Amino acid sequence: MGTKAAANSVAPGRPRRPSSAAPPAIEVRPVRRGDVDAVIDIDARVTGIEKRDYWRGLYRRYGEDPSAGRQFLVAEAGGEVLGFVIGEVRDWEFGSPPCGWVFGIDVRPDARQAGVGSKLLAAIVDGFRRAGVGKVRTILSREKSLVLSFFRSQGMMAGPFIPLEVDLDG
Amino acid sequence: MKLQKNSRLALYSVLEFAADPGRHIAASEIAEKYGVSPHHLAKVLSELARAGVVESVRGVGGGYRFTGNARRLTLHDVIRRFEEISPTEAERREPGERTVAGHAIATVLSEIDEIAQATFRSITIATMLRIMARQAGGAAADKARR
Repeated sequence: MGTKAAANSVAPGRPRRPSSAAPPAIEVRPVRRGDVDAVIDIDARVTGIEKRDYWRGLYRRYGEDPSAGRQFLVAEAGGEVLGFVIGEVRDWEFGSPPCGWVFGIDVRPDARQAGVGSKLLAAIVDGFRRAGVGKVRTILSREKSLVLSFFRSQGMMAGPFIPLEVDLDG
Repeated sequence: MKLQKNSRLALYSVLEFAADPGRHIAASEIAEKYGVSPHHLAKVLSELARAGVVESVRGVGGGYRFTGNARRLTLHDVIRRFEEISPTEAERREPGERTVAGHAIATVLSEIDEIAQATFRSITIATMLRIMARQAGGAAADKARR
């Protein structure tokens, strides 16, 4: 779990200044096959690595077969995908009662600071609530201050788990 | 984890100003609320003014007001004006630091420092105000239940 932490790149900040034309409404909905290329592009722009097979695999597992606890959502406005969020309910991982895990969230760099990330997170949290869990978790690099700030601004606090790792010698 | 007195005073002040950014608040009001000397607080506020976080307003109804960006300003930005969040090289020097045990202890302490820094960097003043509102709401609800 937490393998997509590096993709978490929603920057908090001031809302954009309103332009004269009203911006198109943002809709958050389940991902469709036609959205996958946009998701791959957003992730590649943010992380610098294109992971086509990875995202297609996720689409097959989460997009084509969404169970109650699995969610792969996109934010769309004016026919364009602005961001995505992906997560699922995991039962008794790490000894924890069932809870929702957000393991990937990204917003197109030119669409940030307009509430897209907040809408995506709110939508997946609603889904987790409907799935019957009362806790949402994520994990991400402590170097990613802006993304950490985003999750903190949404009310998330440090949880009771400490991630550990070790380098395996070849 | 314990913050130095000036850091705490700075955070108290910034949170007071940011909670009501349009209002000019007298230093004496903050000093009284937090039980500190106005003289001591004045030094902290001067540093915050130098950092562009607050500005002093002279005259009747004067005081200080918030001029920072609460959604950008982090706890780390404020605290580092008053103390080193991570110890300096000189402060890290301890007897036995060059021994194997000394290196192992330094590794663990450095891990703790990094987590503390990441925490301070990730919490903005706007988030702190939300935490305060939530806790105040929780406290009010507890009181109502009693």
